[in-house]
Amino acid sequence: MAAREIKSILATDCGSTTTKSILIEWRDGRYRLIRRGEAPTTVEAPAEDVTKGVLNAVGEIEDLEGRQFLNDEKDGVLVSEDGRGVDVYCSTSSAGGGLQMTVAGVVKSMTGESAQRAALGAGAIVMDVVASNDGRLPHEKVADIRRLRPDMILLSGGIDGGTMDHVVELAEIIRAADPKPRFGVGYKLPVIYAGNKDARKAVADQLGETVELKIVDNLRPVLERENLSPARDTIHELFMEHVMAQAPGYAKLMEWTGLYENGKWRNVPIMPTPGAVGKLIETVAGQLNIHVMGVDIGGATTDVFSVFDSEGQPVFNRTVSANLGMSYSVSNVLASAGMENVMRWVPFHMDEADLRNRIRNKMIRPTTIPQELEELIIEQAIAREALRLALVQHRELAVGLKGVAQERTIGDAFDQSSSGATLVDMMALDLLIGSGGVLSHAPRRCQTAHMLIDSFLPEGVTMLAVDSIFMMPHLGVLSEVHPQAATEVFDNDCLIKLGHCVAPAGPVKRGGPLAEVRMTMPDGSTRTEGINSGVMKLIPLGTGEKVSAEIVPAKGLDVGEGPGRTWTGTLEGGVVGLVLDGRGRRPFNLPEDDVKRVEKLQEWSAALNTYPERFLSLGGGR
Amino acid sequence: MAFAYTPGLRVAAVADILKTRRLPLKGQVLVKKGDIVSADTVVARTELPGNVKMLNIANILGVPSQDIYELLHVKEGDPIEEKGVLAQSKGLFGRFFRNTVRSPITGFFETFNEITGQAVLREPPIPVQIDAYVNGTVDEVLPEEGVVISTHCTFVQGIFGIGGEVRGELRTIVDSPDQEVMPDRITPECAGKILVGGSYISNATLRRAIAQGVRAVVVGGFDDKDLKDLLGYDLGVAITGHEKKGITLILTEGFGRMTMAHGTFDLLKSREGMMASVNGATQIRAGVMRPEVVIPLPASMIEKVDQTHQAGAMDLGSFIRCIRAPHFGKLGKVTALPPELKVVDSEAKVRVLEVEFEEGGRAIVPRANVELIEK
Repeated sequence: MAAREIKSILATDCGSTTTKSILIEWRDGRYRLIRRGEAPTTVEAPAEDVTKGVLNAVGEIEDLEGRQFLNDEKDGVLVSEDGRGVDVYCSTSSAGGGLQMTVAGVVKSMTGESAQRAALGAGAIVMDVVASNDGRLPHEKVADIRRLRPDMILLSGGIDGGTMDHVVELAEIIRAADPKPRFGVGYKLPVIYAGNKDARKAVADQLGETVELKIVDNLRPVLERENLSPARDTIHELFMEHVMAQAPGYAKLMEWTGLYENGKWRNVPIMPTPGAVGKLIETVAGQLNIHVMGVDIGGATTDVFSVFDSEGQPVFNRTVSANLGMSYSVSNVLASAGMENVMRWVPFHMDEADLRNRIRNKMIRPTTIPQELEELIIEQAIAREALRLALVQHRELAVGLKGVAQERTIGDAFDQSSSGATLVDMMALDLLIGSGGVLSHAPRRCQTAHMLIDSFLPEGVTMLAVDSIFMMPHLGVLSEVHPQAATEVFDNDCLIKLGHCVAPAGPVKRGGPLAEVRMTMPDGSTRTEGINSGVMKLIPLGTGEKVSAEIVPAKGLDVGEGPGRTWTGTLEGGVVGLVLDGRGRRPFNLPEDDVKRVEKLQEWSAALNTYPERFLSLGGGR
Repeated sequence: MAFAYTPGLRVAAVADILKTRRLPLKGQVLVKKGDIVSADTVVARTELPGNVKMLNIANILGVPSQDIYELLHVKEGDPIEEKGVLAQSKGLFGRFFRNTVRSPITGFFETFNEITGQAVLREPPIPVQIDAYVNGTVDEVLPEEGVVISTHCTFVQGIFGIGGEVRGELRTIVDSPDQEVMPDRITPECAGKILVGGSYISNATLRRAIAQGVRAVVVGGFDDKDLKDLLGYDLGVAITGHEKKGITLILTEGFGRMTMAHGTFDLLKSREGMMASVNGATQIRAGVMRPEVVIPLPASMIEKVDQTHQAGAMDLGSFIRCIRAPHFGKLGKVTALPPELKVVDSEAKVRVLEVEFEEGGRAIVPRANVELIEK
């Protein structure tokens, strides 16, 4: 079937908690999202078969649409060429724990980090980075590889033509560990070698028949350049062949995904969810030529994606915080952030023991959702910390190549950055996209905006957006089969602009004005708004509405043009409006006094209309 | 197609359960299909490769790697003794200032790499054996991997637990499922037993149970702050079972003070004095594992297993239990499964069901906030 003849597309994403299905159809000359369904993921008992959740999520679309999408004769999605069911079915997955990898490199901050980026970019969770200089003794490394039982190992190290000793030593360690995969006792663990090409034979001799060895091009052929694609592609390939095929029900699901082309069935591989989302974010940044960050907060993991410049070139980075999430990993957010940090976002007083029990109960029943307002507010407080910690981890890994000698001119003398500095620059960020259940399904979009601002603390002028119903994974995998449909649905139905956020950064004097925003409104009138210290303001400005504006910061403060310099440009609204955030950056602090903190949180929530007014009476009121 | 799959914990008076007992590595299966086994019968065993020590002989001797082979006193695969000589340098005139490399372990000289100069020494294999865990019959032999044991039993799944597999006699120490376990009920007679409590156990009482030699406690709820105190750390990801706290703890309801479901309590109480196999291991992520109480039934109690239970399928008339506030713990019957989304108190638009509670009254509840129960 040619691309233009495709009229009906079904896509699913099997998350760790929920399986989401969407129906896309060709209507009125373009592709639009028509329906959405969801059901609990069924990797766990009693079903222990991921396809049950898929059938259920697609069944919901059947119910709502009143048409047949499931096969009568056998389990599966009905894909045909004759108009029955859909024309294409594709899927992503992060269920089954996703893809868990150990990576190895000679120098931890160089090839080790490059290997980590290759694995993360392919959608993996990196459980351990083994390096010659990681401080562990060889037998400790052996023990760790054995204990973690990764799905796959990526071994790199050495530039082409460099010394071989260390990378061969790493191969020795892997061999000594004799690692066994998580799933299945009888098959060999896949190991990808992407290191010094001269060491290939020695590595192959070392590893011998103990593992399933794949050799690809060196991911760091010279110090100054990474070549991650061959390793990433092979990770995808092995993920499908080895890991997915072992998880409950996936062998069946892999047969369902595809389409007919000229009467012949063409299988469409299942993509790891983060790989699909990353692909879409990279495409957006490229098409619009902007700096973009995306965050996808799931049940088990939180992924952060970014495209920032490094030496004038856009660089895509993805990190996964493997144990930060809103259901399976919710307790780990508490353990990592600390109770105090979670509680600081709760805009009412509550007992710590009670909060602990509530968080644990969410952990043990991860698929439940907050029915009461109080529980919703608590979950959103946890989300803020999960997002904040995920950003911290992203900053640490989204860095320039380390170990590279930098050429400097006299002009650089006052603007020196060391090699390996983070590429994440919140002031340069143009677009911040939130995705994942807690952000996409927040009852009010202003809750999404509020969570994104509190956790990421965007600086200067930043557009906030949300994946409307959490369908970026679906569109990512669809873009492999039908790029036009993916782009049209992304523009029309997926990306919802919340509005610009304006936040001056720099040393703040308490109580004073931080900036003045002078706007020429769509009707030609002018309006001036002050951004005052410790105050948040919401200016009504709808979707597609734009104002030309001048932002004049107070002395020493920066809104994008440098300290004290006026910013001139266009501010755009969205479903939330224009947010003016005067709470300060570098540093951002909440009041230490508990009573004042609650007062301020309530004031900001009221300003942004974050919660219905009755939230003020929760936890015993003010 | 108005039904949904909903995860639910199994609480069955009579069930045929299969337990897979698998070795971590290939090994030897010691029983055959059809054999009757008791919980402590060893069904399979293997040997895990011993721990590894790596020794850079070239560095120690100060000799280039490629020259080491002729200095080795052992070959790859040879057994080695602790302090035994592995290699020796030639020294001066073959006699003076000779450097010697001695083995730090007893085991085997596994490999030597002439590129890195590194030797891999391996300790002797570690024997591992697995038992049947429950009384039953060998249903299937997994060649070289293990067995599947079938048992006719009473089966109760908990929601969360800590501690591994233990066995013991069941003893109920509260009068009703809403009662807290009080310290004075933990008597010396509780040693070696599996205790069934009610709604709650405090950390102090649990510690008393440990001191008295209780094998396991099955109870409705426990405080998270007490869990932190007991473990000595804040549990991050819910993967448990390896804790060595001298007791296995199984929560049937969750964290906090929570009345044990009446059905669960009554069932466990009806099995008073019987031997149970208990496992606290919980994994709340891929391949979810819940803690369990397995009570094999003697031949005199063989009953027909109710085959009407359809795993995970919820339909009109299904019996459910609410598992989140504000109706936590309430039992009822599904009276409607509307396909469209409904707005709940949090303002979220979610898929819901209508439930008629056993205690009277109806409510709209998110579908995600109920679990199926067998009735």
